[in-house]
Amino acid sequence: MSATAIIFYAISAFILGTGILAVTTRKIFRSAIWLLFSLIGIAALYFLLQVEFIAAVQIIVYVGGIVVLIIFSIFLTQKSGDEMPKPIRSRSLFSAIAAILGFAFTTNLIAHYGFNELSNTPFAFDISKIGLQMLSTTEHGYILPFELVSILLLAAMIGCIVIAIKVKPEEKK
Amino acid sequence: MNDIPLTHILFLSTALFFIGIYGLFTRRNMITMLMSVELILNSVNINFVAFNKWLFPNSLDGIFFTIFVITIAAAEAAVAIAIIINLYRSHHSIDVEDASELKY
Repeated sequence: MSATAIIFYAISAFILGTGILAVTTRKIFRSAIWLLFSLIGIAALYFLLQVEFIAAVQIIVYVGGIVVLIIFSIFLTQKSGDEMPKPIRSRSLFSAIAAILGFAFTTNLIAHYGFNELSNTPFAFDISKIGLQMLSTTEHGYILPFELVSILLLAAMIGCIVIAIKVKPEEKK
Repeated sequence: MNDIPLTHILFLSTALFFIGIYGLFTRRNMITMLMSVELILNSVNINFVAFNKWLFPNSLDGIFFTIFVITIAAAEAAVAIAIIINLYRSHHSIDVEDASELKY
């Protein structure tokens, strides 16, 4: 077993352990922090897979953006020290059964599928290639989804402002 | 890197996906349900990157899909949190069992 494999299994155990803690702990603030660790573990996995650009985006957007947003919304809506009520026993039991059955089914499918891996071709690219292909208008360019996503982000931004705006009582008619 | 088989990365992302599913089923607080959705989206991203790297090393399509998924997840989280804060203002609770006015 090589060093890369050992690091991979350590990172996997870290991601799954913190992920399980994020969905089972009963203090909501701790849950957000465990989610933060899980996302950092996924970024480390991307570094190990040598897709450094995705790892950087993961850290900037998820760890620096979404988790901070979630923590702020926890502060605005919850008493963060309180414990959440325990889920109903039958519900958590059946959810666990459903999750474990789904996991067993999917891993069974994956293990017997047999992918033809092109392990002899190295996967290496420079970040400039991402930028050029993202904005190219030729056959394999991604300019249309890029523009669509920018419109979506604008719509989401305006939508957030409209939804969360506070209506003053005298303006209400 | 290629001494790790592709299936092991797929096992990891499957496990992460079903952890997210379990959280989505058991939690009744909207913020924690949102966290479970983030875990699910991340498992999908791992799949995209792994398929790109192992099966199609000459193209970059998986990378692009990952970037778009991350962007849309950010937009979705922002809108969801705006809705949650607005719901908290009107109902003083973000439990999904209490938000049942559209039910009947």
